Amino acid sequence: MSKINSKIPEGVLETKWTKYKSSVPLVNPSNKRNIEVIIVGSGLAGASAASSLAELGYKVKCFCFQDSPRRAHSIAAQGGINAAKNYQNDGDSTYRLFYDTVKGGDYRSREGNVYRLAEVSANIIDQCVAQGVPFAREYGGYLSNRSFGGTQVQRTFYAAGQTGQQLLLGAYSGLERQVGLGTVKMYSRHEMLDIVMIDGKTRGIIARDLITGKLERHFGHAVLLCTGGYSNVFYLSTNAMGCNVTAAWKAHRRGALFGNPCFTQIHPTCIPVSGDHQSKLTLMSESLRNDGRIWVPKKKDDARKATDIPEEERDYYLERRYPAFGNLVPRDVASRAAKERCDAGYGVGTSKMAVYLDFTSNTLRYGQVEANKRNLHNPTAADLKKLGQEVVKEKYGNLFEMYEKITGENPYELPMRIYPAVHYTMGGLWVDYELMTTVPGLYALGEANFSDHGANRLGASALMQGLADGYFVIPYTIGSYLASDISTKAIPTDHEAFVEAEKKVQEQLDKLMNVKGTKSVDHFHKKLGKVMWDKCGMGRNEKHLTEAISEIKTIREEFWKDVRIPGIQNELNTELEKAGRVADFLELGELMCKDALMRKESCGGHFREESQTPDGEAKRDDDNFSYVAAWEFKEAGNWELHKEELVFDVVHPTQRSYK
Amino acid sequence: MNLTLKIWRQKNAKEAGNLVTYPVKEVSPDMSFLEMFDVLNEQLIQKNEEPIAFDHDCREGICGMCSMYINGRAHGPAQGTTTCQLHMRKFKDGDTIVVEPWRAEAFPVVKDLIVNRSAFDRVISSGGFISVNTGNAKDANNIPIPKDDADNSFAAAACIGCGACVAACKNSSAMLFVSAKVSQLALLPQGRIERESRVLNMVRQMDEEGFGSCTNTGACEAECPKEISVENIARMNREYLMANLKK
Repeated sequence: MSKINSKIPEGVLETKWTKYKSSVPLVNPSNKRNIEVIIVGSGLAGASAASSLAELGYKVKCFCFQDSPRRAHSIAAQGGINAAKNYQNDGDSTYRLFYDTVKGGDYRSREGNVYRLAEVSANIIDQCVAQGVPFAREYGGYLSNRSFGGTQVQRTFYAAGQTGQQLLLGAYSGLERQVGLGTVKMYSRHEMLDIVMIDGKTRGIIARDLITGKLERHFGHAVLLCTGGYSNVFYLSTNAMGCNVTAAWKAHRRGALFGNPCFTQIHPTCIPVSGDHQSKLTLMSESLRNDGRIWVPKKKDDARKATDIPEEERDYYLERRYPAFGNLVPRDVASRAAKERCDAGYGVGTSKMAVYLDFTSNTLRYGQVEANKRNLHNPTAADLKKLGQEVVKEKYGNLFEMYEKITGENPYELPMRIYPAVHYTMGGLWVDYELMTTVPGLYALGEANFSDHGANRLGASALMQGLADGYFVIPYTIGSYLASDISTKAIPTDHEAFVEAEKKVQEQLDKLMNVKGTKSVDHFHKKLGKVMWDKCGMGRNEKHLTEAISEIKTIREEFWKDVRIPGIQNELNTELEKAGRVADFLELGELMCKDALMRKESCGGHFREESQTPDGEAKRDDDNFSYVAAWEFKEAGNWELHKEELVFDVVHPTQRSYK
Repeated sequence: MNLTLKIWRQKNAKEAGNLVTYPVKEVSPDMSFLEMFDVLNEQLIQKNEEPIAFDHDCREGICGMCSMYINGRAHGPAQGTTTCQLHMRKFKDGDTIVVEPWRAEAFPVVKDLIVNRSAFDRVISSGGFISVNTGNAKDANNIPIPKDDADNSFAAAACIGCGACVAACKNSSAMLFVSAKVSQLALLPQGRIERESRVLNMVRQMDEEGFGSCTNTGACEAECPKEISVENIARMNREYLMANLKK
């Protein structure tokens, strides 16, 4: 147990962070100039941390595998970002955001961390507006809000369906400003392949220049991993093609514990799979659930067109099962409910693995409001539809267009067909209150860490957490470590630890290139993904998880015997890049199943079929599982479990109900 | 459907490249253009040949990484669509499709269809920001912004930095990209404080990177996957003129 100390400050919840900030050791400006910080990843967490630390005076190096830091996958977030501003006067507060997040996470997150997140949420909006992020506004010029799942207030700020893009470009502009000032050195098209440890502390990384294929050594007094989540272990997910676990996994192999790996989020509203060629899945923002109604036909295998099915023959199953929250239940609940209907034979579309998301009634409602605004009396149904569609277009135009491009169907006329897909991973590197992993000097921020969302993340909270960690948490907490490291001079990279780490990376690359097998990397990735989705997806049970563990081992063995990587090592080689990432997924997948097998309760997105209430809801087991599972790597296939007990001083865990 | 692809192959920045013909069979109309490339690459790997290198990441039209010049058009035939969102139902059985990388002096080819667009990052770092350090900001609603200004700023901010505007322009001008950022910030009160230095610095950097001049053909707007308007170029020209007059 001594391995993990969450370092949550003593005292009452509301003052923990304030007290911490005013007592944390500081590094004086002249010392900051001599301290180098490496940041891996340039998404919301990475870019915001890089610019904030550079502004403070640290020497920053930032790495990303894409051609520009602006490409990071934070850019694809659509719906919005939460903040406890209470601009709508609807009863929001820091406490309420904190409470919703802890409850939404099914009581598997830390109170101290979540309260801090809620506390700094308002500052994030201020910072982004000051940077020129064009959030949606009302006619009076003030900021607009929308509703999201799992809450009963409107606290979500947004920029049409492109909130992630606008926030990321804001953070990117701050980062590029520092690049221009010479305080951040940016390394695009570089991939981190190991961390370097000297005397038990993180002292740098080994990175591969993806253009030349050459390995590079980089020194840093501290290393921040802001490398996102690992949904691509499922092959098909809403993540970008390049999203991977490699940086986090290399850190895990060097001693950083991995927290709650089985906690994955399956997002209820994605465009369904269309065939074997499918390379990724596309999300339709949760904000659409606010304005749409989800239904399936009441009759099994109903082959009629959606628009031909009369109102009384439709089953609005979320509204039926959860009258209080209706279509706005949290994501885990909505996903399982969709799966339940499809498994029972009520699914729609050619694959029967989809449900309808219908905008008809809200379009007409918007049309009526618009008609009133324009003083139109006795408008016809066609008028209302037209007026309403204009409003819907303004709110979600880009999402509707995207749907049409992908499916070839017009969602203004026909309801969307949607199905759940893997979207986010709540699990990640275990970190303490200061965001440090169990390896001294190694931090994890944003989706890469496990910290704030428990067993289920609420919508519009990922952007909030990424920016909270980068802008407002790490600039304070990193001082606590670096203040005692000011006398360490930059260590030359010919130090034996760098030589050893580079040699290890080189050996792995050689090993991959030398397999010279017969099957592509994607072949193995798809195989792994299928096992993960079928046996460690929306519903999990002991039998399937046990099978999955042995199947993954077999795929891993086959991979190392039979993978084929054309081309050579010392040049741009996209297959080699993918192979390294899939090799790590093949180890992670096993750990996820192991974690899911160990956690016999259901909680949040983790649904153990053995643990459910009589009406099919997730049943937690607080007596036995109210802890964070932090896994220590021993060797591939062998881990040791450490437990961090969760203490609830303020919120008292109850059976989550959205009925 | 069955297609014939003619694809630009180039080993690296130094060696010369050429078009290579590949037949692709059994393409589903539901595939995206990049999924069709995945199928082709899988076939090449089976034959122990090197797959075609191309840039891509989010595959939902927002990261700006994909960049193919398809049948003489940046991102192909569909209006307002990135390569990754282009679907094969836009093509017919038996079609021949020519795929090349972006062509511009400021975007040198790295390999096959991959080009180096870091010039765009350098243009942004020369002035495409508001100088606000973390923690300086006051309450967000202290800066009310007329909805029209916010909407116009947002429309300019929709740029994904893919470089299609440069690829589409006969002069390889980056005016649409640069003006979108200048407009986004010039339209907002927060951005007006640095408006003069911003436009001067960004235009200077744009010229240094080797992008060509704008001759108002509008090809950039026509090919932009986010349909960024050339009105932004007009706005940037005004900003530039005013900044020079005030110098």
